[in-house]
Amino acid sequence: MAFTDRVEFTKEMKKEGYTILAPNMAPIHFRLFENLFASYGYNVEILQTRGRQIVDEGLKYVHNDTCYPALLTIGQMMDALHSGKYDLHKTALIITQTGGGCRASNYIHLLRKALEKDGLSYIPVISLNMSGLEKNSGFKLTLPMIRKALGVLAYGDLLMLLHNQTRPYEKEAGASRKLVDDWTKKLTDMFAKEKGYSAKEMETILPQIAEDFANVPVTGEKKVRVGVVGEIYVKYSPIGNNDLEEFLFSQNCETMVPGLLGFMLFKVDNRMEDIKLFGGSKAKFGVVKILFDYLVGIESHVIRAVEHANTVSNRFTVPSSYAHLKKLITGVIGYGCKMGEGWLLTAEMMELIESGYPNIICAQPFGCLPNHIVGKGMIRSLKNLYPKSNIVPIDYDPGATKVNQENRIKLMLAVAKENMEQAEKENAPKAEE
Amino acid sequence: MMRIGLDVGSTTLKCVVLNEQNEVLFKKYERHLSRIVEKSVEMLREVAEQFPKEKVLLSISGSAGMGLAERSDIQFVQEVYATRIAVNRLVPGTDAVIELGGEDAKILFLTDGNNASGLEVRMNGSCAGGTGAFIDQMATLLNITPDALNTLSKEHEKIYTIASRCGVFAKSDIQPLLNQGAQKKDVAASILYAVVNQTVAGLAQGREIAGKVVYLGGPMTFLSELRVAFDKTLGITGICPENSLYFVALGAAFAADGNETTLAEIINRIAHYTAKEEYRACPPLFKDKADYEAFTKRHLNAGVKVRDTLEDGEPVYIGIDAGSTTVKAVVTDKDGNIVCSRYMSNSGNPVPLMREFLLEVYTRFPQAKICACAATGYGEDIIKNAFSVDYGIVETMAHFYAARAFNPKVDFIIDIGGQDIKCFKVENGVIDDIFLNEACSSGCGSFLQTFAGALGYSIEDFAKLGLFADRPVDLGSRCTVFMNSSVKQAQKDGATVENISAGLSISVVKNALYKVIRAVDSKAIGREIVVQGGTFLNDAVLRAFEQEIGHDVIRPTIAGLMGAYGAALYAREKAQAAGKATELSTLLSKEALEEFTHSVKAITCRGCSNSCKLTVNTFSGGRKFISGNRCEKPVTGVKSTEAQYNMFEEKRKLLARYTYKDTGKPVIGIPMGLNMYELLPFWYKFFTTLGYDVKTSPASNRQLYLKGQHTIPSDTACFPAKLMHGHVETLLDEGVDAVFYPCMTYNFDENLGDNHYNCPVVAYYPEVISSNIQKLKDTAFIGDYVGLHRRHDFPGKMYEILRRHFPNGTFTKKDVKKASDAAYAEYDLYMRAVRAIGDKFLALAEEQHKPVIVLAGRPYHVDPEINHGIDSLICDCGAVVVTEDAVACKEKKFPTKVLNQWTYHSRLYAAAKYVVDRADKRVNLIQLVSFGCGVDAITTDEVRGILHDGGKIYTQLKIDEITNLGAVRIRLRSLFAALDLQ
Repeated sequence: MAFTDRVEFTKEMKKEGYTILAPNMAPIHFRLFENLFASYGYNVEILQTRGRQIVDEGLKYVHNDTCYPALLTIGQMMDALHSGKYDLHKTALIITQTGGGCRASNYIHLLRKALEKDGLSYIPVISLNMSGLEKNSGFKLTLPMIRKALGVLAYGDLLMLLHNQTRPYEKEAGASRKLVDDWTKKLTDMFAKEKGYSAKEMETILPQIAEDFANVPVTGEKKVRVGVVGEIYVKYSPIGNNDLEEFLFSQNCETMVPGLLGFMLFKVDNRMEDIKLFGGSKAKFGVVKILFDYLVGIESHVIRAVEHANTVSNRFTVPSSYAHLKKLITGVIGYGCKMGEGWLLTAEMMELIESGYPNIICAQPFGCLPNHIVGKGMIRSLKNLYPKSNIVPIDYDPGATKVNQENRIKLMLAVAKENMEQAEKENAPKAEE
Repeated sequence: MMRIGLDVGSTTLKCVVLNEQNEVLFKKYERHLSRIVEKSVEMLREVAEQFPKEKVLLSISGSAGMGLAERSDIQFVQEVYATRIAVNRLVPGTDAVIELGGEDAKILFLTDGNNASGLEVRMNGSCAGGTGAFIDQMATLLNITPDALNTLSKEHEKIYTIASRCGVFAKSDIQPLLNQGAQKKDVAASILYAVVNQTVAGLAQGREIAGKVVYLGGPMTFLSELRVAFDKTLGITGICPENSLYFVALGAAFAADGNETTLAEIINRIAHYTAKEEYRACPPLFKDKADYEAFTKRHLNAGVKVRDTLEDGEPVYIGIDAGSTTVKAVVTDKDGNIVCSRYMSNSGNPVPLMREFLLEVYTRFPQAKICACAATGYGEDIIKNAFSVDYGIVETMAHFYAARAFNPKVDFIIDIGGQDIKCFKVENGVIDDIFLNEACSSGCGSFLQTFAGALGYSIEDFAKLGLFADRPVDLGSRCTVFMNSSVKQAQKDGATVENISAGLSISVVKNALYKVIRAVDSKAIGREIVVQGGTFLNDAVLRAFEQEIGHDVIRPTIAGLMGAYGAALYAREKAQAAGKATELSTLLSKEALEEFTHSVKAITCRGCSNSCKLTVNTFSGGRKFISGNRCEKPVTGVKSTEAQYNMFEEKRKLLARYTYKDTGKPVIGIPMGLNMYELLPFWYKFFTTLGYDVKTSPASNRQLYLKGQHTIPSDTACFPAKLMHGHVETLLDEGVDAVFYPCMTYNFDENLGDNHYNCPVVAYYPEVISSNIQKLKDTAFIGDYVGLHRRHDFPGKMYEILRRHFPNGTFTKKDVKKASDAAYAEYDLYMRAVRAIGDKFLALAEEQHKPVIVLAGRPYHVDPEINHGIDSLICDCGAVVVTEDAVACKEKKFPTKVLNQWTYHSRLYAAAKYVVDRADKRVNLIQLVSFGCGVDAITTDEVRGILHDGGKIYTQLKIDEITNLGAVRIRLRSLFAALDLQ
């Protein structure tokens, strides 16, 4: 069966310049990843395709009750293979594999099943994972690559955060987008020259980025602030969430989307938490701790960069540290809850509420299992803790229409606007006193 | 100056005009039949005529108004928000609002409740289809108006349980009730209660609806009994205020601001709103008329010879198909020619229709000799009993018999009927694989019909509209409810009725192909395809099907009669095989038919604790037909005549040994659901050894589920998970010192997979319980993370956990270790007992030559409230039921095509492997799948793959709150019929 005789991605394939197709997720981060792989001689192409045919391909090749992200990522790849753009005998696919207890660990197998159904099982599929689940002779993550990839997380998170917080207010439309593009290019060049990815270099470069954004001329008006949390793919991917970011922008909102670094820290921390809860090897704990601490270091640089931006123009919301999120969640949900986005999703909602984003969209694929627990399942607790919180869970799937989703979001926004106006009223007389 | 609120709902348009004192000057309510722009303009012109000079402020609200407002640059007020504005102003002090609309259901909590605070709004999720459209649909099913439904329900005597999640589910509950002769008034009331349950379960999400409650919207305004149902269920007296239809429009009017303008200007803007055609389109069905004519001509070739005179004493055979929405009957001669046929709409009771038909046969063909008669379809049993019909045949087989008459090489049959899709593959003349639509994707034919009605057309006219549509809307392949909102969107984008009609026909086909059969391409389903069922009589659907699979198919001219025709052919074969060619059918004689009477009574069975709601049909001559029974006891007077080899029952007996014994020690309560089912022996032993009494929650039943319903935060979670709320609530009511329900990321490692996780829901449901059941705040809840998979570490970790919860507990570390050892031993013992029973049953089956069904699911599927008695239903078919865990252990880990990482699911793969390894054709597997189980989307494909590779038939049964077993019975009978033919 496929497990035993899966097609490996060999060294020769790499040499022959195979195109490695990957689904898109978080656009800013993934652009950086694409360039990073290119600098190592991997001809990776992050698919930029859009359109209904992606969903249709997904429906055709994946069990329709499977989660929407699987449908879309696999649909996007099958669509690319059928586009005629690629020499199928010189094409490989890459997909992440987390190894957690959620269905997501099975995407790669569903992808292989789809290929098999279509008579394309000769196309190698590379598993991108940190758990040693599958290996390929032609694709190896080296230590510098991993360090650069972690760098991408930090830079990507910062760019996304600054872009989200600047764009709604910019005087000259497109100014912050341009900064994202400029920095993407600069960072790519640096990485190619083996620069810019050590923690030390990040410590200096991250604040430079922040400063650039802080210098963008802004209008200073007050807008409704909306936080977006959810299942990782649907949360970030414009195909997955029907262009949520653009919709919120069109509704005159400022958006905050928690970054990928926190998710990474969470996944690493899970291994330690497992050991703490159920027992396990101290040596393993130690090794994981090293990686964890390294990530915490990077995270602190990102936080400090935003703090630095505030010294230039005091209008940025500084993201909280992972440690703070973990503290927030204590007593609400256990640290052992780790499948999917686990307790982190709940914690992100709490953090958003506390940092001035009480209006939250919890984006999830229809029927997402972990979300029954950490999303919808926790809204009751959050409401008790934060009566002013204004959370709307939105389901995404091939049948859900944009009209329904936007209608729900509009309700949330109407309440948000009212709350904002009320808060202003309450604050106004005090200011006069 | 006037303020105007225009509420464009999913099905209706409402307009309210206020003067400066906020008095209502004008109000109007009408159906918009999807012609939103025209109707809005019409209504506003009417206002303009009455008040020609006034300046106005206008805003639009309503779920279908967003696009209109945006494009005409008019202020939009979200409809729930508008409701809130209106309620706060007109009914101050309101705590909660329940608003039902055409397709939406909403609850607004306006004030601080007991346990939560601030405004909260709930709208029905993308899965909930209840509400106005649902009631309309159900009324259509009963063949009455919604008003009549309301009136009828006033006299109800009992309430049936109807699944309340979406219209399709409810339909599959209601139809059999009707077919089995349940009273309309009871069904009517049950429908209203189903709406209430859906609203409460789906929307309340952990908040109690109490205090001053306001009822709004069409259904609430027009249906008094719906309000009564809400009052009774919630234990309140709700208010249905004046203008309850217009609250959204009123709110929109109150909220209107900006610059005053003239109505003429607004009308102008709306009238010039031409929606851009930007919806996704499919290719047209036919290029031109000639294309269509060639198509019709081709299909006319697949006919059956019809003759209408008979020789004296000529033998005839009758086939009756009592389907879900229609009743069909066919009379054939000995060569299979049709002598007489009938296709009738089933208005809830097939019996009088059939009586009339049979009388007509007797009258028209007095010379005929009726040799045999067979019944099939949902109503098979009642028809068989009522008229003393010779044979019954499962509907899938009936269709196969009929299809063979048109194409002996047939390798694929697809039947789209009023409410269901049936398809099966035929290999070597044997039905090999059966696909029935699961509850979620049905609809089909009756859906087209309802939609046609909603748009003001008859089904025939509506379908014809689509034939020459230039750009059919691509509505995708989703279930009925989702399509409603897709259609809404298409209308917003300016799709014409023609294009919507064609789009709906195409989506019915896509639904069948991609949702039910899940075909990747036409090759996967077959070359020699016969299509049938009433829905295929619709040329648009037929054409869409041919287009989608890329080649021609056979549609017999009697496509709508195939079940009945097949039954007639079957009757003929049976009679001839029995040498009865010369004998007469047992069918009631003409005289008996003329005197035929039929009465229906609803009673509750007192035979056992199940308390089944029985429907007793009594026919002339004292013949009786009882339905609604879970066992044979009310029919035969004894529980079962033959010993059942039912491992589900045996497992229940094993678990029943762990009962509560009051020894005065502190009581630990264990909710009996999800993983706690299998782990009961472990925890029982653990806590009793440690010095506690253990009390389990009682067996699940409907009441227990309803008890916990209001605290369920995510109504799309699986039913077993949702049941946990009731279990915990019941434990709390019974008074325990602590509820023990730990989180378990990992399960035991049985070395069958690559990992040994629990699924996310099983692993972390305790978190949901503790977050949503407010009552738990007063009782200790032990929901900590526990790892039984690490036996060595467990006692130490468990000691810490228990110390935290019982700081004054007298147990020592050593005690916990001792209890742990005893618990592991007990669990081992239990699993060994399970396996021993499995071995015994397998041996017995071999000895007695009985078929074996490995009924594979999860340990908690043993709960009768979850499996609805499927286990004994299988035993009734004469098979031995063995559970997956009893055979999985006989296999070693083997490679699978998916990541094999969940303990319970690894057992499924192993069990499938076991079935394949057994060369005996009579050993088969049926997989039980909980609706909404995401993980099973993966396991079902894999289990199917393993079985197919090994040449076995795969059968999957989806289970949910639904209690009706009609569809399940068909699957089982089809499976056994297929096995018999192999």
